[in-house]
Amino acid sequence: MTGRRLSRGPGMLLVWLYGVMSVGAVSRSALQIVTEFGRAPLAYTLSAMAAVVYVFITYTLVRGGERARRAALVCCAAELVGVLTVGTWTLADPGAFPDATVWSDYGYGYLFIPVLLPVTGILWLRKAGTAPTRPSPA
Amino acid sequence: MLHALTVALSVAALALAAWCGFAAYRDQPTKDWHFIGMAVVTVLALAQLVVGIVRLARGEKADEGTAIFLAYLIGAFCAVPAAGFMSLAERTRWGSATVAAGAVVLAVLEVRLFDIWER
Repeated sequence: MTGRRLSRGPGMLLVWLYGVMSVGAVSRSALQIVTEFGRAPLAYTLSAMAAVVYVFITYTLVRGGERARRAALVCCAAELVGVLTVGTWTLADPGAFPDATVWSDYGYGYLFIPVLLPVTGILWLRKAGTAPTRPSPA
Repeated sequence: MLHALTVALSVAALALAAWCGFAAYRDQPTKDWHFIGMAVVTVLALAQLVVGIVRLARGEKADEGTAIFLAYLIGAFCAVPAAGFMSLAERTRWGSATVAAGAVVLAVLEVRLFDIWER
């Protein structure tokens, strides 16, 4: 492995959490869009966008390397902006959301993981960028 | 039977989370005993999956819909083994922390499963 391994150490825990959020968001939005898209198109479209972001960040973390690290940083920032925007939006104008999204109320329905994850993600990615790469054991 | 398994799994998952969380706190990777614990939890989850499918096959309906019920059953079955394999790849305290997080996810899934089956 030549590139920076983003999934070592604390990164492994992040891969797990992002993986869980990916599975959760993808299956949730797939089910909602297939079965009842007309009921809350805005909420379901936002859920699908969140799902894409989660899947992409999981992929970059597993892939590793400097380019993946930068891409993941951008996506974590986008994710944070998304959570804060949608979280505030759902509190300010609940009428626009007949059904919840992953990012509703700052991720309240998901133990606030959606708002905590991008922050820890950004911290880890910055650290992984400055730390010298550990030689691979095998 | 389904409710009993759901309660048992929640308790077992929280115990596993505490155990592996303690290992992470003590800066230890997952060991054989942890994997035996994960196996026990996984067997319980498999039993729940089978019982759930049998109940559906008998014509019973989950409160919030068959698809959601099945998705949560399968997710609950996969959560701990997936985290376990990741802890095999990460032989540090962070592998233990990953299994602890996996067990917490399982406990949350069990609470949701309880609601999904009947309120």
